[in-house]
Amino acid sequence: MTTLVLIVSLVVGGALLVLLARGERFVFRMATPVVFGLLVLWLWQVACTGYGVPLVLLPAPSQIGAGILSHLPTLAADFRQTFLRAVIPGWAIGSAAGLLVAIALDASPFLRRGVLPLSSLISAMPIVGIAPIMVMWFGFDWQSKAAVVVVMTFFPMLVNAAAGIAQTGAMEGDLMRSYGAGYLQTLLKLRLPSALPFVFNALKLNATLALIGAIVAEFFGTPIVGMGFRISTEAARLNLDVVWAEIVMAAVAGSISFALLALVERIVTFWHPSFH
Amino acid sequence: MAMFERSRALPLLCVVALLIVLWFGAALAMNWDQAQALADDDAGWTDVATAALSLDRPLLPTPDQVASEMFRSVFDYPANSPRSLLFHAGVTAWAAVLGFAIAVVVGMVLAIGIVHVRTLDRALMPWLIASQAVPVLAIAPMVVVVLGSIGQTGVVPKALIAGWLSFFPIVTGMVKGLRSSDPMRRDLMRTYSATDAQVFAKLRWPDSMAFLFPAMKVAAPLALVGAIVAELPTGAQAGLGARLLTGSYYGQTPQIWAALFMAAILAMLAVATVDGAQALLVRSRGGRL
Repeated sequence: MTTLVLIVSLVVGGALLVLLARGERFVFRMATPVVFGLLVLWLWQVACTGYGVPLVLLPAPSQIGAGILSHLPTLAADFRQTFLRAVIPGWAIGSAAGLLVAIALDASPFLRRGVLPLSSLISAMPIVGIAPIMVMWFGFDWQSKAAVVVVMTFFPMLVNAAAGIAQTGAMEGDLMRSYGAGYLQTLLKLRLPSALPFVFNALKLNATLALIGAIVAEFFGTPIVGMGFRISTEAARLNLDVVWAEIVMAAVAGSISFALLALVERIVTFWHPSFH
Repeated sequence: MAMFERSRALPLLCVVALLIVLWFGAALAMNWDQAQALADDDAGWTDVATAALSLDRPLLPTPDQVASEMFRSVFDYPANSPRSLLFHAGVTAWAAVLGFAIAVVVGMVLAIGIVHVRTLDRALMPWLIASQAVPVLAIAPMVVVVLGSIGQTGVVPKALIAGWLSFFPIVTGMVKGLRSSDPMRRDLMRTYSATDAQVFAKLRWPDSMAFLFPAMKVAAPLALVGAIVAELPTGAQAGLGARLLTGSYYGQTPQIWAALFMAAILAMLAVATVDGAQALLVRSRGGRL
């Protein structure tokens, strides 16, 4: 019976998707991924309830939804601890520091040639590994997680912002000089604005990195609250509905931050060719 | 002076030297209290300083302490002993390589599907792009525990997490690459009445390599991160993640730093291997990618 429902849903859903994908209009372009997502959820639900998949292997979407509703206070506390206390300050401090260092390096080509290759090397490293060291230095609470996030977000911002500042055209630079603009004026009116698309790229990249850093850092020890703490302990106790609820929350938080940053980027860098 | 201007090695050396000096200074400052607490009452400040730079469990080990810990744990034990850092690096690297291989194969197949089947493109691509904003690593503990409960422990869950993490850059890069062919050339192929398969083999696939390799350079370190993080939740016995975890339990700071540097070396090796493969491909194609 379950198998039959699954096959019928697959065929009907697949046919619907093929039809939707033919459409060129905006509605169709939006509807196709949404229908695909709903189809996956439906198949997941039917398979889980139909075959009686145990909760400790894979909870059905409905069970995850119920988990979210029944654990709302816990989720809110974890969100406050991890996202508001560790992710946001860490992300802001790390990104700001990266940007400031990139601006400072702009004044010294010698240092820039030394720091930048090193920084791109470091941004390819498994930086989350510093979490146990930060826990030792800053204690079990959110401070150590924020510190991990600061380090993780610093280098991508430094590399990107430096690349953005460096790509300012020579023509524009000459024009500024012919206006008799000083260093600060050139920086504020030319170099920084033209680096903005790079800066926003780094900010968006860092939003995800910050969330990962804070969650993984909590695997190394925390007070008894936080998204990473909850994920690792409830997974060990096989309370998978709570784990999934946390994962859904992390995914939603990540997507909303990303979308907000993309929105701000659109408003601030409206002049950039990619938005025309 | 011209050499001074153009040289790349000199600035790099200066910055590294500066960092090492700063590191020693920070070690001195951070370990000072502990060293003073351990020192005799009549110890002068030079004695405290020397002690601060050679503590057993310092807050911040000095570069030479980390180096000697690495040297000791790499060369003093046979490579198959659980006390050897090489053994742990090998365990993690094996999971990462396996996961990376899975990610490359699955990512390529999916990218080929997305480029040729419109429905897949429209239904899947937005999700793949959105997944970049999601901390996919958060599922690691659950995957490890669930697979463990059905009897899969060791390398399988680690490789799956490593693969899952490195899969996304590969598939998005590959899709971009398969679509990057010059429209003029595609038109030319059409005038030759080439089939889809021929266009794929002679145009799309070769063109995609210029995007696949940068994507692999992003994905390879991610596979390593995935493998390391997958070792954390269950308290694995072997691997760099396990090394970090036991180091933090027992306050063995030099061990943590040595594991970190080993992870950094592995990441560099991974990127260098991709670079090497790219260079081989470029050479076999007569100088262009």
